[in-house]
Amino acid sequence: MGKKRYITFSKMRWLGGGLFLLGALVWLVNFRSAVAVAGEQIPETVDFNWHIRPILSDRCFACHGPDANKRQANLRLDTEAGAFAALDSLGTRFAIVPGNPDASILVQRIFTAHPDSMMPPPDSHLSLSEFEKKLLVRWIQQGARWKQHWAYLAPKRPQVPDAGDWSRNPVDAFVLEKMQAHGLAPAPEAEKDRLLRRLSFVLTGLPPTPEQTRRFLQDEAPDAYERLVDTLLASPAYGERWAMNWLDIARYADTHGYQDDLPRTMWPWRDWVIRAFNSNMPVDQFVRWQLAGDLEPRATRAMLLASAFNRNHKITQEGGVIDEEYRIEYVADRTNTLGKAFLGITLECARCHDHKYDPVTMREYYGTFSFFNQVPEQGFVPNLETPRPYMILSRADLEQELPFLKNHPAFAAGPDSIRQMIMRDSAGIRKTCRLNRGQYDQPEEEVPLATPAAILPFDTTRFAPNRLGLAHWLFAPENPLTARVWVNRLWQEIFGTGIVSTTENFGVQGALPTHPELLDWLAVEFRENGWDQQQILRLLVRSATFRQSSIIVDRHRQLDPENRWLARGPRFRMPYEFIRDNVLASSGLLNPLLGGPPVKPWQPPGIWEELATEKTANSSRGEFTYVADTLPGKIYRRSLYTYQRRTIPPPAHLSFDAPVRDNCEVRRMRSNTPLQALVMLNDQQVLEASRVLAGRLLSDPALPDPMACISRAFERVLTRSPEKRELQELSGFFNTEYQRFQERPDAARQLMAVGRFPQVEARNPAAQAALMLTISLLYNLDEALML
Amino acid sequence: MEPLNTLNRRTFLHRSAIGIGGLALGALLGKSCTSNSDETGMAGLLPHFAPKAKRVIYLFQSGAPSQFELFDWKPEMRKRHGQELPESVRMGQRLTGMTANQRSFPLIGSRVDFRQYGQSGAWISDLLPHTARIVDDLCIIRSMHTDAINHDPAVTFFQTGHQQPGRPAIGSWLSYGLGSANSNLPAFVVLLSRGKGNIQPLASRVWGSAFLPSIHQGVQFRGGADPVLYLRDPGGLDSLSRRNMLNMLAKLNEQAAREFGDPEIHARVSQYEMAYRMQTSVPDLTDLSDEPDSTFRLYGADAMIPGTYAANALLARRLCERGVRFVQLYHMGWDAHFDLLGMTSRLAKDVDQASAALVTDLKQRGLLDETLVIWGGEFGRTTYGQGTLDENYGRDHHPRCFTIWMAGGGIKPGMVYGETDEFGYNVLENPVDVHDFQATLMHLFGIDHERFVYAYQGRRFRLTDVAGKVVQDILA
Repeated sequence: MGKKRYITFSKMRWLGGGLFLLGALVWLVNFRSAVAVAGEQIPETVDFNWHIRPILSDRCFACHGPDANKRQANLRLDTEAGAFAALDSLGTRFAIVPGNPDASILVQRIFTAHPDSMMPPPDSHLSLSEFEKKLLVRWIQQGARWKQHWAYLAPKRPQVPDAGDWSRNPVDAFVLEKMQAHGLAPAPEAEKDRLLRRLSFVLTGLPPTPEQTRRFLQDEAPDAYERLVDTLLASPAYGERWAMNWLDIARYADTHGYQDDLPRTMWPWRDWVIRAFNSNMPVDQFVRWQLAGDLEPRATRAMLLASAFNRNHKITQEGGVIDEEYRIEYVADRTNTLGKAFLGITLECARCHDHKYDPVTMREYYGTFSFFNQVPEQGFVPNLETPRPYMILSRADLEQELPFLKNHPAFAAGPDSIRQMIMRDSAGIRKTCRLNRGQYDQPEEEVPLATPAAILPFDTTRFAPNRLGLAHWLFAPENPLTARVWVNRLWQEIFGTGIVSTTENFGVQGALPTHPELLDWLAVEFRENGWDQQQILRLLVRSATFRQSSIIVDRHRQLDPENRWLARGPRFRMPYEFIRDNVLASSGLLNPLLGGPPVKPWQPPGIWEELATEKTANSSRGEFTYVADTLPGKIYRRSLYTYQRRTIPPPAHLSFDAPVRDNCEVRRMRSNTPLQALVMLNDQQVLEASRVLAGRLLSDPALPDPMACISRAFERVLTRSPEKRELQELSGFFNTEYQRFQERPDAARQLMAVGRFPQVEARNPAAQAALMLTISLLYNLDEALML
Repeated sequence: MEPLNTLNRRTFLHRSAIGIGGLALGALLGKSCTSNSDETGMAGLLPHFAPKAKRVIYLFQSGAPSQFELFDWKPEMRKRHGQELPESVRMGQRLTGMTANQRSFPLIGSRVDFRQYGQSGAWISDLLPHTARIVDDLCIIRSMHTDAINHDPAVTFFQTGHQQPGRPAIGSWLSYGLGSANSNLPAFVVLLSRGKGNIQPLASRVWGSAFLPSIHQGVQFRGGADPVLYLRDPGGLDSLSRRNMLNMLAKLNEQAAREFGDPEIHARVSQYEMAYRMQTSVPDLTDLSDEPDSTFRLYGADAMIPGTYAANALLARRLCERGVRFVQLYHMGWDAHFDLLGMTSRLAKDVDQASAALVTDLKQRGLLDETLVIWGGEFGRTTYGQGTLDENYGRDHHPRCFTIWMAGGGIKPGMVYGETDEFGYNVLENPVDVHDFQATLMHLFGIDHERFVYAYQGRRFRLTDVAGKVVQDILA
């Protein structure tokens, strides 16, 4: 506290010059001047959505918010009526008196030092900064204008600002306006090779092929870039890349997730997702089939398969559990996933009480819960049983309706049919009760089917009273969230951070959009273009904004270290799947086979054995040993096919912040740790790829000397030619290591013994080992890990 | 480094709704938040008050040991062996599915003898002769209880404060809040061992960081040649080549940092340097050849075999000496649904000597005062038998009372806390639930568990969820 006061006074001294202390105190009490506190300027006009609700929500709603049971003093600040209502029956006392801070009880209570009356109260461990108090005062002074939370109002298409010369499409016009308002100007366009790499990764998760690179760099036509965008969108790798993102959201895994964590078959659903992205299925259909494909009139086999989305949650097989307790967890998981994946709202907060921040009551939570509560399923599923309900995928399905599954060796050699969990509703309606404290064994009153009314009431005259109706409700034009949440996530995947940076939370505790008009424009565009994801992606990647260089000049670093105003191109650490796939692709090892059962590439031995139960106990107790695959058709597949065991995830994925798939996740963290360095330095797969690429380059007759090999390796790994200086440094490194390996030929051979890929007898082992090490160095460069 | 630190820290604090996120930064940059003096300088937010403990070693007995064969002496049960548990005691409370359908709930008197030890006069069973000798250093809590009745949710609850997955582990919270006191080692280390019992699997999520940055994940150290995953350089690569490579990598990265102006690149360079230091410091740590014979006499001969509980207990002491904040051991196999006496005896033999040795060793080295040692499982076992009362009977899971012990790090020594009824079914006095245990642990680190929060998805999460009281009675 003392520290804060000191800052305030020193600022005052700085502002007032000759003001003496008494004057300062008078000023403090009168709150009249615009002041800077801790470097922040009180805005000329205080905006409720931007400045005030975030404070009220974070510091006040816990006791004066939507949760009626916890509401104190009968005051609620989350609604306009509540905030301006009289505090007493005489109508003389008001928390907020527009235009009159002195008469507003709220102001008195936030400034008093008396522990019995100060707000927030001491035992809440919450407090308001001086700056926040002044914002509140100024807002009241300016008339206390109330606004609804932006995200709960349906987006309308805003006017596109005047586009400068720089703009290539409306995205740029919106971006430029904000950028300039923050004193920034666009960066120049990125170099062609760097731009190519960036584009290829964001759209397909893979680097461009050498042939694509050569063609694009030579293509001088004005529409070369636009044609490249179309080529990449049409590539099968596009579907895999967006499926990879979707698997996080859908909490996809290859095991059930609790205790013994036995395998499950979900990959046919995953292949349907890849297929759907590759055919650019309209997103409303994509989501509708997944939420309720089984309820579609004349549901096809593909629709049934799509509905498996709802069954990706964990399922327990631990003996002794109480069946209903876990069944309720599964229903809750589906409900929470609906909130996070499609609505960007933390529905789960209303499971045990009314939501503390957002307008979602507990009854509405269970009203939404009831859509997912109709499944004829069990909470406890014995080991080795496929949890009901499931469909049986037979050869006939593959021939007729699901041809994308057909080419798989799994079916060629494997069983005639596989059991794939799907969604179904029971014949009758299971009544849903509100559960006290969210507990399975404490049912309260029965609740009707509902959605949070503040988002959009569920009108049963318009929507069918089931999941199919719910899917239609999501895509109703008045639904304020679905389109925004979707385009925001696409933005995040392309630019690194969403326009709303809290992709998972558009509620009152979420971040505010940096570019609200742009977000709304994109959302309306998306809705009106028939929910065409590729069209939105085209807009984003063809924009001048995306095409900027990502070099950070001093001015950026000072004014916008996080690049929220987009005066430079995106630069962020890629997800692990991109990093590993780059290693496989650039070394030529990548097997581009699409879909099929999960694969088990190399991982350090012994990890499963340390955690799993004893193999001897009972063969039905799950997989004890990780038996790595050996065939090239499996170990060099893209990383989204790597076997995801929930309780023991692949360790490299874990090190690089990949979610463990316990719950729906819409945003990955991007940490930077020493364990990541160890993975990149010592993972056998990186070393093997380095060895294989070194061997190939050294035996390429077109490359006359090591220098040429290094240069080519550089191009393969980083999609650009090395600068002269870089090449010199790398050659110097190569030469040192070459000499050392010449003295130690056994060491060279030992180094090259890594991996399963056949080693062609090296003519010059020392050279190959040195080149291998040089390539491994390239894979560890910051640039190889970054978009 | 300095300008970078300042910049990142500013943006980090700015971004974080609560500001406490800045604490993580030292760890992110591979720098100690606290240096060796353990003074947290980070924004002065933690600790909230003077800590008693600086480190914790948590000896988790996975599978749930039977309190009736180890700590909670119930002579009355012997007298009533084979008789039905009175319904008035059970009061219709829920049972796990394993025994819920049993027609009968016969009481099982322990066949193990108990004696009183030390000045505290604590009752300890003959299965724990070494633990018996250190009772005056321990605070034995007989009144623990939990909400969970199955292993997966119960372990998850103890370690994360929530039965369902998705919250950070205690060690991750402490790593995040207090950072590491050793810049060459992670702040949170996990060691696993397996006994000859009924093993229940563990999920690595119970040392996961969930929504906290992944640098705060527990790092598993393993027995054998490769103590940390990916730590070992490939065969054929000597240390000079590795160093050459890292030098060149740093040079090219720094060049890129100049070109791109991105401070993250400097951070990457320092992470590679920390990785390199770990390559030396970890094998140095796990190489026990510098321990005198007296160490192995103290911990037992098993301590010479990598991967055993005894070896892990010794490693835990070495990790503590080097400033690692949270060392989490798991010994698996206590789940005695059958073969109660055989299994419990074997597992007790695995852990008894080394657990006691660890406390003694820390005490002799003057480390016990600032090191909290915890011994316990995820729940207790039933007073009634599972299966028929032949030789092979066991005890089912029991959440309503069980025993753990704590020592050092600000805990009152020589104390028995809490009381259970004569059937060992319910807590009679001084109940301690899992959130209370966690709140107390945080308190010992100078942290008010209600104020140590992390904003995620618009909510302030804390280890103790919405509950937990510090157990004042057991504080020294």
